[in-house]
Amino acid sequence: MNYGFTEEQLMIQEICDKIGKEKIVPVREKYDETGDFPWDIVKILSESDIFGVYLPEEYGGMGGGCLDMCIATETLSKYCGGIALAFAATGLGTYPLLLYGSEQQKKKYLPDIASGKKLAAFGLTESNAGSDVGGIQTTAVKKGDYYILNGTKQWITNGGEAEIYSVIASTNKAKGARGLSAFIVEKGTEGFSFGKKENKMGIRASVTRELVFEDCKIPKENILGREGAGFMVSMKTFDKSRPGVAAQALGIAQGALDEAVKFSRQRIQFEKPIASFQGVQFMLADMATKVEAARTLVYQAAREVDLGSKNISKISAMAKMYASDVAMEVTTDAVQILGGSGYMKEYPVEKMMRDAKITQIYEGTNQIQRGIIAMNLIKEGASLE
Amino acid sequence: MNIVVCIKQVPDTTEVRIDPKTNTLIREGVASIINPFDLYAIEEGVRLKEKFGGKVTVISMGPKQVENALREAISLGADEAVLMSDRAFAGSDTLATSLALSEGIRKTGFDVIICGKQAIDGDTAQVGPGIAAHLDIPQITYVKKIESINDGKILAERMVEEGYEVVESTLPVLITVVKEINEPRLPSLKGKMKAKKTEIKIITSEDLGIDKTKIGLDGSPTWVMKIFTPPKKEGGKIFEGSTEEVVAKLVSELQDNLI
Repeated sequence: MNYGFTEEQLMIQEICDKIGKEKIVPVREKYDETGDFPWDIVKILSESDIFGVYLPEEYGGMGGGCLDMCIATETLSKYCGGIALAFAATGLGTYPLLLYGSEQQKKKYLPDIASGKKLAAFGLTESNAGSDVGGIQTTAVKKGDYYILNGTKQWITNGGEAEIYSVIASTNKAKGARGLSAFIVEKGTEGFSFGKKENKMGIRASVTRELVFEDCKIPKENILGREGAGFMVSMKTFDKSRPGVAAQALGIAQGALDEAVKFSRQRIQFEKPIASFQGVQFMLADMATKVEAARTLVYQAAREVDLGSKNISKISAMAKMYASDVAMEVTTDAVQILGGSGYMKEYPVEKMMRDAKITQIYEGTNQIQRGIIAMNLIKEGASLE
Repeated sequence: MNIVVCIKQVPDTTEVRIDPKTNTLIREGVASIINPFDLYAIEEGVRLKEKFGGKVTVISMGPKQVENALREAISLGADEAVLMSDRAFAGSDTLATSLALSEGIRKTGFDVIICGKQAIDGDTAQVGPGIAAHLDIPQITYVKKIESINDGKILAERMVEEGYEVVESTLPVLITVVKEINEPRLPSLKGKMKAKKTEIKIITSEDLGIDKTKIGLDGSPTWVMKIFTPPKKEGGKIFEGSTEEVVAKLVSELQDNLI
């Protein structure tokens, strides 16, 4: 297939494919089992310049965009959706800085992220706020040259391992979502600690922790944009990061499809490879078609982001929702095709099925995505009248 | 430090098949790769550069398509690439090849020359030592670890049948490396982009002013009489049953067929 990639994008794909095959496949089962953080793979990704693919050259990046990030995420996720997340979640934590950071903030933080020296993370979700961003309880109170943060963030990907955190906190509770602000918090800041590490169903090679702020004092210049811009920072970040989650889902789906095709050609039943049975063939055909349809949508969303299209919320939500639903369907079918083997940990598809589930949930549940798509449709409809 | 790494482009032997009629390699459609042992040589060269400064020049002899291998070496961290390419070099055996390469290396300058221990196609392990001989410099073969380089001296561990030897030599030196020496890195994106742009310097026999009777077929005393595939080992036989039965079967089989 020719997706019209640039030479550089083809190189990203080639490098990530090599890393996936040679370095990730041999260790993915181990990391899934132990839940340890895959620092050895992070180091390889950083040495290969992958962390900088979507960042501007002036900050040490490779000058690509959202599509470059998606190609890397998809390719790595084909081999392990959990390990790929160390990269993808850093992207999520970096977008607020990239979109709303001042020149000074970008100069300070982006080069270390681009080189892979430091990982980033995004802290929004709390025990009572996820889909409902307005429910955020963490507060940031301005005192002189500082903001004092108090509260607890929950289920933060890369939490504890990342050095740079984009954190959403309320600077004006009375204003609800409009009273939210975004801040950069560095690991090691006094009053900033990490809570328990979550024991998850899938993406177990990725770490998920609580962020705990107890009178955490951060310099006032660490605010991203202005006070009250936190909701907008989050929404614009998600618009650009959702193609990344979609790419992760897409990679997981492709990985499962590849395994299903391989197995069905080898597995002999009734003296024939099971790939010769129409029941299996039709399943594979449907899986492959869905994966390809998802891919086209993901690349289109990423390209819209890179083209600077004005409203990307809808296509971004569509890509995230569709690719993750496809990932869940395709990985489930892959387990079905592998049968008993598919249910066993000796084969990678049961892990892929567990890894796929999260993509329907995080960075906005697929119900929230459908809401965004519908809201945009209604708005567009209204503007035609 | 001037580091020169010699590499060879070889057919990917995991894909090579042998034509049963002619007993030669079927090269058509087989990918060309950097000789796997040379990847360790490139990595060690790049590590030396990272530690001591200087530059890594990769050099190879062969047709134009070897440029691809040289570019790959650049993507792995080498700085410059030289391709010795000329019809006059064609047909060179290990003696002529090492002579030509030594003249090419003389032109680039060198403190440390690194080669893989051998190429996976010819398997001779002669070109590295040959280069050292032609340049009249010391050589340390089968190096598994460079202990130190300072004061114009190198201290290295070389693999031998049982264990290893620690050898000291003056610089300049040629070493050949085994795969235990390091773990080669994967290409980086910046490296790949640099590789695309890097100009590959081409050296011909004219540029070297080399005696043409000493290179190519004329300069190669090696005469290949025949290439053949060694007969496949036949699978063993497993006897089943009680110990007594198995022993009896084994003894009778040995008597019938082998003794």
